[in-house]
Amino acid sequence: MWRDTVLVAGKDLRIELRSRVVLHQVAPVAVLVLVLFAFALGPDRAPMVRAAPGLFWVAVLFASVLAVQRSFAVESAEGARDGLRLSGLDPAGVFLGKAAAVAVQLVVVEVVLTAGVVVLYGAHVRSFGDIVVASVAGTAGLAAAGTLYGALAAGLRVRETLLPFLFLPVAAPVLLAGTRAWQAAMGIGAGSAGDPWLRLLLVFAAVYLALGVVIFGPLQEAP
Amino acid sequence: MAPAVLLRAAVCVTGRFPALAGVDLVVAQGHVVVLEGPNGAGKTSLLRVCAGLLSLTGGQASILGCDLGRDRAAVRRRVGMLGHAAALYDDLTVAENVRFAVRAAGGTASGTDAALDRLELGGRLRRTPVGRLSAGQRRRVALAVLVARRPELWLLDEPHAGLDAGARAVLGEIVADVAASGATVLLASHEPEESLPLADRVVSLAGGRVVGERALRAMPQGPGAADAPDAGAPAAGAPDGGVRRDVVPGGVHVA
Amino acid sequence: MNAPRPGAARPAVPGWGPAATWVVRGLGLTAAVAVAVTVWLGLWITPPDQTQHDLVRLVYVHPPIAWVSLYLAFGVAAVSSLLWLWPRTRSPFWDRLAASSVEVGAVFTALTLVTGSIWGRPTWGVWWVWDARLTSTALLFVLLLGYLAMRRVPADPDARARRCAAVALVAAADVPIVHFSVNWWRTLHQDATVLNANLSPTIHGSMAWTLLVGFVAFTLLFAWMLAVRYRIEVLSELVQESELDVALHERWAEGAEHVTREPDGVLT
Repeated sequence: MWRDTVLVAGKDLRIELRSRVVLHQVAPVAVLVLVLFAFALGPDRAPMVRAAPGLFWVAVLFASVLAVQRSFAVESAEGARDGLRLSGLDPAGVFLGKAAAVAVQLVVVEVVLTAGVVVLYGAHVRSFGDIVVASVAGTAGLAAAGTLYGALAAGLRVRETLLPFLFLPVAAPVLLAGTRAWQAAMGIGAGSAGDPWLRLLLVFAAVYLALGVVIFGPLQEAP
Repeated sequence: MAPAVLLRAAVCVTGRFPALAGVDLVVAQGHVVVLEGPNGAGKTSLLRVCAGLLSLTGGQASILGCDLGRDRAAVRRRVGMLGHAAALYDDLTVAENVRFAVRAAGGTASGTDAALDRLELGGRLRRTPVGRLSAGQRRRVALAVLVARRPELWLLDEPHAGLDAGARAVLGEIVADVAASGATVLLASHEPEESLPLADRVVSLAGGRVVGERALRAMPQGPGAADAPDAGAPAAGAPDGGVRRDVVPGGVHVA
Repeated sequence: MNAPRPGAARPAVPGWGPAATWVVRGLGLTAAVAVAVTVWLGLWITPPDQTQHDLVRLVYVHPPIAWVSLYLAFGVAAVSSLLWLWPRTRSPFWDRLAASSVEVGAVFTALTLVTGSIWGRPTWGVWWVWDARLTSTALLFVLLLGYLAMRRVPADPDARARRCAAVALVAAADVPIVHFSVNWWRTLHQDATVLNANLSPTIHGSMAWTLLVGFVAFTLLFAWMLAVRYRIEVLSELVQESELDVALHERWAEGAEHVTREPDGVLT
């Protein structure tokens, strides 16, 4: 399983390196979301800074939907959906590999977004370590849940609309917890410690990684 | 030795449409069987069932001794399929695609170069992303994947489509070599001039069922090679529809 | 394949004998009686609350409906999905049960939201408030709708059952996470406003009995609706099977033509 994970993750990342879709299209959309929110929240910095953590995570959620769609679109080029199933790869390995590739791509987007939040909103980050840990944990959970739903919706004609509808409600706790964790790290809002939220993010990631590994195999067996 | 393909009363319903409506087919290992039939007869569906891509709604299927209902995953690595679309990644180069496919099936990438040479995909082409190739070149790459993987059962869906004369000749050689080495080939084709010379047996499909079979060559009989006596089988050498050519490994000679 | 005979009043439903029909009818009757008793007790017999006056009567309806939708419906759906995915216990029964449970559960969840909103309006002054329970319930509602959306996607029954079972399980895994996160969201957040005021009144005496009857009544109602919905599901599958019979016959006819005109054995 691990060998297949590395194989698939490597393949997906290499494709991304060549095509640069996430870098050139998804990341700019995410930054665009930040800019649009700036328009919506008004010229004063204060509301923007207060909302910054939440906006960051909303932008990450949008980016994750796009990244997952891209991850499965790659497999569907020219009606080649069957490729992965025919390949003889361990389904759990395929799941982890794809989720890992999506997570790496999301981390890249998040780095860009963090820079955007600091620059555009003038937010100050008190403790970078906390932010990094929380973001990584949240990203792992989003990548796992997203890949799971991506596989569910893949190959269906309504997948563009079905994926967000299925995935975003499930991802809501990550939005919640991630925002609180960021707020704690940025010293915004009534001081609530970031710890319980970090634990929630880790639990979410663990649950969905485990679920994906178990469900992915039986799921692929459907025509 | 278990037959390579064993289907009994196979019914496959996709959506509301019965693609296969009761197929009985036995193919022994090491044989080359050509499927023929009109459009919509169910040839592609039959191949997809053998590849484990479609599940049966009725009847049984067993590939290389493994029951498809239970052990589908076990057969995947031993079966290779060339479908209508080449399952390749547009952004990866030819060599990378072949290497990935071989490694995914559990092999090592050492045979990649030899396979690419065989399909005459040399030098610069190997480093070209598949997306930039023509359709015919992509078919060659897909074939190279199969050659490098060397599965025990080859499922070819209209392999001649899109290939130029040179590639068709190479395909003929490959099929002969593959059969000689003990692997099995199941081929669906609309082009009898190309496919019949390669075949040991021809199975006719229509309306989701087998409607006729005939042997083109005396085959080495193995256990499980249940050849149904066929209606209207031309005697060997008869100069009518069942065109007979001698197939010699390494080339095709017209008798 | 059991195609319904033309003119038959009720097609035979597999696994649904006359005994089952009577059980379901009895269930429906009991449920109707129980709900009627609840209404009677709730509206007339029990006293109004000190602070909430007559509004408190919603307590006999809202928590029971919430319990049914959040725990019962979701629980049945999740367990059924698990049993379907598990190869040894796999059977179409579980798939149908899960789908029926989700659909009926969605109705109950919507009712939970509506009754909760009605209850809160006079106290809060607004129709909606982001308190822990309403928020998690709203999210749950969307998760259920997601399942139903997936169910509507055309696919053959096995693939559809597989996908839906996966959706149900993934959503079920999310339920406790949603609960905790939303709860923490509200409790760890430190500005206490009137919106945080607890709606639950103190319950005693006849109110407690009525509440119990309410729980029983709505559980029975759910069970009855579940059984009816299950039967509808089976009937619709029967219809599809008979359509399939027709399709198979046409397919065979298509093949038969070709067998007859085959003098030389070569088809193009």
